[in-house]
Amino acid sequence: MATTEEILAGMAEILNEVADVAPEDVSVEKSFTDDLDVDSLSMVEVAMAAEEKFGVKIPDEELPNLKTVGDAVSYIEKNPS
Amino acid sequence: MTETVLNTSDPVVVTGLGATTPLGGDVPSFWENLLAGKSGVRALTEDWAAPLAVRIAATMAVDPTEVIPRVQARRLDRAEQAALVASQQAWEDAGFKGTSEENGLDPLRVAVVIGTGIGGVTSLMNQHDIMLAKGPSKVSPLMIPMNMPNGPAAYVGLQVGARAGVHTPVSACASGAEAIAYGLDLLQLGRADIVVVGGTEACIHPLTISGFAQMRAMSARNEEPERASRPYDKNRDGFVLGEGAGVLVLERASAARARGRTPYAVLAGAGLTADSHDIVQPDPDGNGQARAARIAIERSGVAKSDVVHVNAHATSTPAGDMAEAKWIAKLLGEQTIVAGTKSMTGHLLGAAGAIEAIATVLSIANDIIPPTINLDDPEEGLAVDVPREARKVTVPAALNDSFGFGGHNAALLFHKA
Repeated sequence: MATTEEILAGMAEILNEVADVAPEDVSVEKSFTDDLDVDSLSMVEVAMAAEEKFGVKIPDEELPNLKTVGDAVSYIEKNPS
Repeated sequence: MTETVLNTSDPVVVTGLGATTPLGGDVPSFWENLLAGKSGVRALTEDWAAPLAVRIAATMAVDPTEVIPRVQARRLDRAEQAALVASQQAWEDAGFKGTSEENGLDPLRVAVVIGTGIGGVTSLMNQHDIMLAKGPSKVSPLMIPMNMPNGPAAYVGLQVGARAGVHTPVSACASGAEAIAYGLDLLQLGRADIVVVGGTEACIHPLTISGFAQMRAMSARNEEPERASRPYDKNRDGFVLGEGAGVLVLERASAARARGRTPYAVLAGAGLTADSHDIVQPDPDGNGQARAARIAIERSGVAKSDVVHVNAHATSTPAGDMAEAKWIAKLLGEQTIVAGTKSMTGHLLGAAGAIEAIATVLSIANDIIPPTINLDDPEEGLAVDVPREARKVTVPAALNDSFGFGGHNAALLFHKA
């Protein structure tokens, strides 16, 4: 199972690919929409990429709850495949 | 029936040009290569092309992904990318940097009209492949904005900040010209003060090629790609598919003067008609086409004798080329200097009318007419003047023709500013 650091690094890769976020800007307290400029369509892409990378399932109802990078990391840690 | 000449006291002028085509990534390279008689057609060496009957196409000389930042490009279909590259050039050429608001323009008076024949079909096909391979949950949430035919116009609208309206006429190979005619209407009706108009197409894909090839509409001269597109030549065997975009900025002459801009040309009249003859074959007598040309000329108020040049539709199909040449000779005379620029660019479908309008405008502004290449053995009865090399001549006015599957005819009449 991936460590917290590995998940955070993986999220940084995804955010860079999908939304051009600089890896150094990615930290657990950052809000996707407010701090990182990730719009709703990109959020779906981020979730899809995270599902692929970490082997988790992120249902649509869960997306609104993943407001910060930390929320996503915790969710992935708590819901391994 | 006579067409009334519309208000010419403040004509509509062209103040900006932009294009990304098989002959170059911008207007200067497009125009230079056009005049030099270069071909933008190449062999399709990609694996996916191997099983196809037609393995040639005219791809963009500069890939739009080399110009558009990566993260923006990945959300756009190729036709959208091409439109944005061309519109950025045209907008800046018209003297604007940034959005309309940033330039002191009222966005409520800025409109966009970008036509396309088929829109974001390659994104649709790619997502279909993904769905079949990995399932529906892997389809991109961006597929719809990438595929929708209004996508290019909408993205250009976002780029320039257009709120008067954003429109997408669709009429197959007449789409680009129809978009320009629509832009003329918006200005003459007072719906907008500046209109960004043009056409885009990027549908080179095994399915689209197969579709056209199965209709026997395309050239299969695979061993000689640069000689395949040969309008008016006895050995023409169909069109060559091209991709790219052409965009023009239109505004009223008074507005251009107030901004201190010198227009390229006046867009003085447009004629739009329909054949109602067949779903794909043009009327062999060219009646609908000739009618569109007559309407454009009559509405422009320009004398026929001033229409020295026609940038013809001339796609290199056995039937189409001659039907058009016949009525041009009859309407304007056998001395009319005709250019079949698809001999060099290939057929850009929804973008053809737009890039050819750009060539027509530049012919007027520079008094030089592009050649028609590969015309080694002209068809019997070709009764107009088709130079094989660029011709220097005064061009007071010129006509640009585009006709689309479905019997759509569009003619644009430009004259000197």
